[in-house]
Amino acid sequence: MNASEAAVRDRLTRALRERGDEIADRWVQLQRERAAIDIGEGELREEADSLIVLLGGALNNSEHGMESVVDAHHDLRDAVMELSLRRERSGANPTATSLAILALKDAVLEAVQRDNLDPREMFPAALMINRLLDEAAALSFSAYVERREEIIQRQSRQLLEMSTPVVHLWRQILAVPLIGTLDTARTQVVMENLLQSIQTHEARVAIIDITGVPTVDTAVAQHLMQTVNAVRLMGADCFISGVRPSIAQTIAQLGIDLSTILTRATLADALAAAVEMTGQESPTAGAPTNR
Amino acid sequence: MTDSRPMDVPIIRLGDVLVTGLINELDDKAATAFAEELTERIAAERAKGVLIDISRLEIIDSFVARTLTELSTMARLLGARVIVAGMRPPVAITLAELGLQLAGVETALNAEQGMVALGWRHAPRPPEGGNRRETLG
Amino acid sequence: MLPGPRKGGIDVKLSGERTTAAPTVPPATAGSDAPRGGDTPVTHPVRNDEDLITVRHAVRAATVEVGFGLVDQTRVVTAASELARNAYIHGGGGTVTIEFPRQAGRRGIRLIVHDDGPGIPDVEVALTDGFTTGAGLGHGLGGARRLMHEFEVRTEAGKGTTIRATRWTTQ
Repeated sequence: MNASEAAVRDRLTRALRERGDEIADRWVQLQRERAAIDIGEGELREEADSLIVLLGGALNNSEHGMESVVDAHHDLRDAVMELSLRRERSGANPTATSLAILALKDAVLEAVQRDNLDPREMFPAALMINRLLDEAAALSFSAYVERREEIIQRQSRQLLEMSTPVVHLWRQILAVPLIGTLDTARTQVVMENLLQSIQTHEARVAIIDITGVPTVDTAVAQHLMQTVNAVRLMGADCFISGVRPSIAQTIAQLGIDLSTILTRATLADALAAAVEMTGQESPTAGAPTNR
Repeated sequence: MTDSRPMDVPIIRLGDVLVTGLINELDDKAATAFAEELTERIAAERAKGVLIDISRLEIIDSFVARTLTELSTMARLLGARVIVAGMRPPVAITLAELGLQLAGVETALNAEQGMVALGWRHAPRPPEGGNRRETLG
Repeated sequence: MLPGPRKGGIDVKLSGERTTAAPTVPPATAGSDAPRGGDTPVTHPVRNDEDLITVRHAVRAATVEVGFGLVDQTRVVTAASELARNAYIHGGGGTVTIEFPRQAGRRGIRLIVHDDGPGIPDVEVALTDGFTTGAGLGHGLGGARRLMHEFEVRTEAGKGTTIRATRWTTQ
């Protein structure tokens, strides 16, 4: 069995080396037929050539078993991952990329067949090709998932960092536009940032805009109340703006008492009220003067 | 209880406003004694306003919170308005999380704004704020 | 300003004669994350409001040592103040032990507040805001719980109360 496997490997290696051009042409053709791939023919051909050479080299190296040929050969592995990345950038979905790699099976098998192989040898050869390229296709898919995972993690980190900006909106007036779900950890970050800014800017009014908060449940309402109370304890006033009708309904249904809290429908309304409260000239009456 | 211990907290009179401050080391007895003395001074001096600077307080627990709330109520009954000024952000956050809202206690960002709210015109920098609230002698 | 046990007798018995166990150093989980190195637990008596000030200083110093930010320091010191006051007002005096647990790379502060008072008849009710039998606004127990990450009350009628409250660093 080992001897026969070695023979099949040898045969495939030879086919990849001697009929490399054919295989590459056929693969490019198949890819263009089967998957809508937006990559130029020249580039596809170049990619095919180098991958076929690497596959041949990997098969020729009999140190590793068939279970993980791709994984064991770093240059081959890198080439597959690079291919996966290139396809993703060209707009191909991960399924199309996997199918493109699997199309190489047909190209190789057709070439091997042309060598007038004994049917008894043909079957193990087909099996080996299958295993090899299935592994490559699976790798391209998991590489795709990994890249997505990375993006998601990076974005959620960035999101948390950027999610609580305190904006100095007007003289003595600060605003925090909240976007996304409010949980305990975020509320605490918001509270700390806001209160620190109130002290730094000697602000008299803070506006918390919840236009971007999708839902308000009991916990979120409680967090909002805490923040408003903390602002008030500092000696500033606090508006909540951007309360959408659906949220107002939820709050009413939950029986949460927000009656002590100053609310406005929009950030603009809240700003106008805040300006009035601080006894300043209305922003709508013209640009702020230095008076 | 009133004069059982020396009063460490000075209460200064400026016109009809009493200005004072709480310090960190205040224990419960001293806090109670302070509240009593302040109430007596409000009555005796017919103060219209009281400014309590708490910018040096590093924590406020439910006892101090209760003292401040009661002080405000008593002062109001005596015709004076109490403003608690200068609460530090960590203290405000902790109080809010404790669920203590200091209901009925007026607050100001710092002593200066508290004095302004009590009717003291802040003379040195007139242009900045524009029209403030009405001033009082 | 430095934390340290006060001299003089403790007017509350905490010795081994008590059948209720719960002496100064914590039972139960003490083994799992026992403090090491300089993180030796320190126990302070609380018999009056002067002791309360000492406890606050000690807890503040401990939170600084563990590396808490200013807001977290304030949370823990405030919780300690509430719990310690409860211990001498309702429990007739007791102790506050400060522990330095570690868990999964995080450091923390654990306050173990013990008294030999009458116990809390209904813990659930006592944890509700507005419940009070002494001075304060009735936010002591429930409020302290909100300021800490872990909070556990053990109480038995006539046999005292032990509260274990822990807060961890965020990282």
